[in-house]
Amino acid sequence: MNKLKPLAKSLLHSRLTFSLVILLIVVVQNIITTPTFFNISITNGLISGYIPDILDEASLLVIVTMGMTLVIAATGGVDISVGAIMAIAASFCGLLLNGPEYRTDVFHSPYLLALLVGLLGGALCGAFNGFLVSGLKIQPMIATLILFTAGRSIAKQITHGQTIYIMNPVFKWLGVQIPGIPIRTTIIVSTVIVIIVALLTRLTSLGLYVQSVGINGSSSRLVGLNSRAVKFMAFVICGVLAGVAGLVGSSSLGSVNSGELGLGLEMDAILAVALGGNMLGGGKFSIAGSVIGAYTIQAITTTLYAMNVRADQLNVFKAIIIIIIIVASSDVFKEKIRKLTRGVFGKNVSIGG
Amino acid sequence: MKRFVIILLVAALVLGLCACTQAPPSSNASKGSSKLITVGFAQCKADESDWRKANTKSVQEALSEANGFKLILADSNNDAAKQVADVQGFIDQEVDYIIVAAVNADGWDTVLGNAKKANIPVILMDRTINASEDLYTCWLGGGFYEEGVKATDWIGTRFTKDQQVNIVNLQGQLGASAQVGRTKALEDAIGKNSNWKLLAQQTGDWSTDKAKEIMASWVKQYGDDIHCVYAENDNMADGAIQALEEAGKKVGGKDGIAIISFDANRAYLQMTLEGKINCNVECNPLLGPGVAAIIKKIEGGGTPNKKESVDETAFYWDTITQEIIDARPY
Repeated sequence: MNKLKPLAKSLLHSRLTFSLVILLIVVVQNIITTPTFFNISITNGLISGYIPDILDEASLLVIVTMGMTLVIAATGGVDISVGAIMAIAASFCGLLLNGPEYRTDVFHSPYLLALLVGLLGGALCGAFNGFLVSGLKIQPMIATLILFTAGRSIAKQITHGQTIYIMNPVFKWLGVQIPGIPIRTTIIVSTVIVIIVALLTRLTSLGLYVQSVGINGSSSRLVGLNSRAVKFMAFVICGVLAGVAGLVGSSSLGSVNSGELGLGLEMDAILAVALGGNMLGGGKFSIAGSVIGAYTIQAITTTLYAMNVRADQLNVFKAIIIIIIIVASSDVFKEKIRKLTRGVFGKNVSIGG
Repeated sequence: MKRFVIILLVAALVLGLCACTQAPPSSNASKGSSKLITVGFAQCKADESDWRKANTKSVQEALSEANGFKLILADSNNDAAKQVADVQGFIDQEVDYIIVAAVNADGWDTVLGNAKKANIPVILMDRTINASEDLYTCWLGGGFYEEGVKATDWIGTRFTKDQQVNIVNLQGQLGASAQVGRTKALEDAIGKNSNWKLLAQQTGDWSTDKAKEIMASWVKQYGDDIHCVYAENDNMADGAIQALEEAGKKVGGKDGIAIISFDANRAYLQMTLEGKINCNVECNPLLGPGVAAIIKKIEGGGTPNKKESVDETAFYWDTITQEIIDARPY
């Protein structure tokens, strides 16, 4: 019992625990309602099943959420332009690959070059946001509202206002499968991105910089941190990652539809960061939390589809689940729970046994 | 004396302004021998999709000055409030006719009441609205239910009466008139054919991405039990086909899972030619000539029907040719 007390305490205090519990509930729910939920098989040379599907379909969200986490941590604001940046990056890539044609299976320029230009487009958009926020000191949400509003129009201009269909099978490598590899490329890419971001924030001082700038920008500057540069970097990274998501997303559909690609994804990304127990006011952040948050959102959607929830009720169910999550993770609610559990574990839990 | 000068100046100004507002009609009258019919066109979003672009162009061409019309195009960019203001603007400008492709089905009572008071006929194009029928002159567009019937007729030719037909339905955005009509046609046909079964139904919100995700889930649940996919637009058919192909299923053609799509945009007619889509029902955007005909009818003293439909065809994988696709304007 004595050993349990500190464990219980740290579990109650850790924000990560909460998102894990939610994910666990969703999983348990699936064991009951959809017995085949955990079946994994190889069909058509690809590992498939509900779990691989969740990992696959959440991948765009996971990639975007990584960038969003850094922006939120460093600036205390959100980047609502990520969906539009995805469309811009994919449009650049599509334009280079297809040339003037709207539907062709011939690449007009080298595949890798097109990918690079797409990423560059994402980076430029991120730099633009970063300049507005760190250079002109505009609030992040307002600054990114510009690209949120105009971004899809820009993307439309790039693609001459039409959907581009890229029929060359190589184009689908990034979003579906590289021949001979049984794991979907989306899963590989998102995992690699998570690892890179985690390493960047753990092994280099980037994580520490982002945190301290997010907690207090001016005092960070006083101790010699270039808080402007840190914020700028966060937006550039976010832009590049949105670019990656745009390329992966368009590749998995085999087409670039600038009006549709990544539509509404920015809101899911913000939600994922919040579900992961991160402070939306900036400062401390947890990459693991955001990843779990993103997978939780996708797991809910996939679960509802697997349960054949009727279309007109789908969003109501989603809303109810999210309300429960948000309320249960609020500090006031947690304090109530803490008071209740104090009675169970004895009063000295708060001192730490 | 000073006061007199001021009054004089004000009078001159008022007269001058009157002259200004009077000027255009008089110059018009002197210039044009035959009077142009002024038409205000409140388009929801002129460049929303390939379909909408073709639609805008068709109206512009049919209502050209050469044909005796003066067209004023107001693009509301899918802003419902702006569109209502645009229509009110047309009424204030005293146009002869108003065409509306409504952004939103609701909120039309006041402004259309004003148009009625001003005696301006209102022609609704392609989108329907929730307003009393006497507030507008007529509605012109494709029959979404009739489109659905064309598709279900094809299902009837594909499968025999004693064959079990399991259908999955990817619906459009719930509540959109196209979704309501197309879904209802399918449900009615299923009611009439005892060997047909609606296996699953879900909204893909017209989106490729969502349709692919939903289809991936259905493949896992039903596997080879799916015989027919009824996707309510081209984009969703695309998503469904990709999910099926990634799961190693054969789509389209003679013996694959039957794929039905709507709208018949160029890229998807190409897919119909390739045999991936079996039946693609057209949703005709070329409504300009129809609108012109209705106006001519009213000008000649006639009354158009409350509901005017345009001709729409369906394209089938085994009869479509490259020439048919190339000959289409959109």
